[in-house]
Amino acid sequence: METRRLRIGLVAWTVFVVAFLWVPLLVICTYAFNKSNIQDWPPAGFSTKWFGTAWDNPDVRDAFVLSVKAGIGATAFAVVFGTLLAFGLQRFQFFGRDVISFLFILPIALPGIVTGMALNRFYDVAGIGLSVWTIVIGHATFCMVIVFNNVVARLRRTSPSLIEASQDLGADGWQTFRFVTWPTIATSLVAGGLLAFALSFDEVIVTYFTAGSNNTLPLIIFGYIREGLRLPVVNVIVFAVLLLTVVPVVVSVRLTRDTGVLRQR
Amino acid sequence: MAVDASSAGPALRGARRSLSAFFWRRPWLKVTALLGPPLAWLVLIYLAALAALLISGFWTSDFFTGRIVHDWTLENFKQVFSFSDTTYLRIAWSTIWMAAAVTVTDAVLAFPIAYYMARIARPRTRALLFVLVLLPLWSSYIVRVYAWRVILQENGILNWALHGVGLPDANLAFTNTSMWIVFSYVWLPFMILPVFAALERIPDNYLEASADLGARGFRTFRSVILPLALPGLVAGSIFTFSLTLGDYLTPVLIGGANAQFIGNVVFNNVGIANNVPFAAAYAVLPVLVIALYLAIARKLGAFEAL
Repeated sequence: METRRLRIGLVAWTVFVVAFLWVPLLVICTYAFNKSNIQDWPPAGFSTKWFGTAWDNPDVRDAFVLSVKAGIGATAFAVVFGTLLAFGLQRFQFFGRDVISFLFILPIALPGIVTGMALNRFYDVAGIGLSVWTIVIGHATFCMVIVFNNVVARLRRTSPSLIEASQDLGADGWQTFRFVTWPTIATSLVAGGLLAFALSFDEVIVTYFTAGSNNTLPLIIFGYIREGLRLPVVNVIVFAVLLLTVVPVVVSVRLTRDTGVLRQR
Repeated sequence: MAVDASSAGPALRGARRSLSAFFWRRPWLKVTALLGPPLAWLVLIYLAALAALLISGFWTSDFFTGRIVHDWTLENFKQVFSFSDTTYLRIAWSTIWMAAAVTVTDAVLAFPIAYYMARIARPRTRALLFVLVLLPLWSSYIVRVYAWRVILQENGILNWALHGVGLPDANLAFTNTSMWIVFSYVWLPFMILPVFAALERIPDNYLEASADLGARGFRTFRSVILPLALPGLVAGSIFTFSLTLGDYLTPVLIGGANAQFIGNVVFNNVGIANNVPFAAAYAVLPVLVIALYLAIARKLGAFEAL
């Protein structure tokens, strides 16, 4: 269909965009191995000594633990509520359905500063002190949509006749869920949960307003960069954070690649 | 084979069966049970938070202690929307302008690669490209902003590369141009993926029909491909526009001390200036902008493409 010249142009553009996306990430990863504590390019030499320095920093370790805790908490809420939402909105037609699905997009569609400020004001007005729980609640609010999207996409691809067949064969509601519905959606749930965790683990904009004096890993990076402090340690954390994100994302892509329903075992 | 694996007695089975039947006959009860908890969460936390944001905008803060005083006043909103001292309206305007520029840039960057992925690349290449776009999207936002801070600094890799080919320094650090580049960079995957999804859905025979009817490449692009890709472009633009509008990391870390955007003005009023009610009032402004934007997007059919 496309002319040869157009194809070559598109390939060149694609290569350019992929390079644009990846070169900055590769550059920042090399800095993790920079021997010097000065950030000039090219690096004066390579060393892994800053990894030890970062690991020995108790603030960094506390922040890491807090990020993991908040991520797990937010993911747990997001998986339960996002799945309920997906079933409620996908299986039934009723008045106001579009309004409800629109409302749940708001936490990611509204600018981060709005969600952050709003939650900050809410906790203050309600007299709730900022803690790991306020971070979890804030993150769960926008992570829900991620799980919802994954599960709803799977439900849309699953034929309703599977459930009818199960009922025709005499299964009750629980058996249909356990032997038909659950196996078809399980991987989409895990995929959504992994992405929700990745999102929560990296979030800064909203977290800043809901964390109080607690530091998550991204917040401690933000603080160090702003003050120009411990930049070699920042480079190491940044490298670790990038590596840590690759795992859940790649796994979730693999889990959602096949539709799950018609796959041969 | 499809027998329940658990060794449930007949009494339990009977109870379960009548419970299933009970819900089956009352679908509204099932909907309520499913949607109740997430809806309660959304209303009691998120919508309540937005209400708290609006209400806080009507309060004031003590100039010396920074404590919030619950006296009702329109002062904050008057200051934000003042036409005699347009400081805050001008900041809002330049933020919206930046968001629009970033959105257009990302649309231009995204369309060709999305087209290549959706319609030309072989399945293996497509899967690889998909992951190559998806990984930056999910990788830490602050990390990607920080990477650019390091790249753009005076002795960074950009100037090193420019020297290498005999060009002068770019001196992009702490400029609006650098913010435009960084914003376009960080939100680009959010544009590529919905456009890719929209282009992938166009049936091949539409393009064949267009060619059969005598349309050349450009005509097919303008009259068939572009209209069908529009919902994807609009869906992507919701992200690029909204994320730029509500961000303060890039202005703080890339823009430097002189950068004035909605995000970092709110951020500074919470932190350094300690005037939370004013920050709340100012944060209401992007809500209005996005509400307008979403209304237009809805008309263009973007929600089906999200």
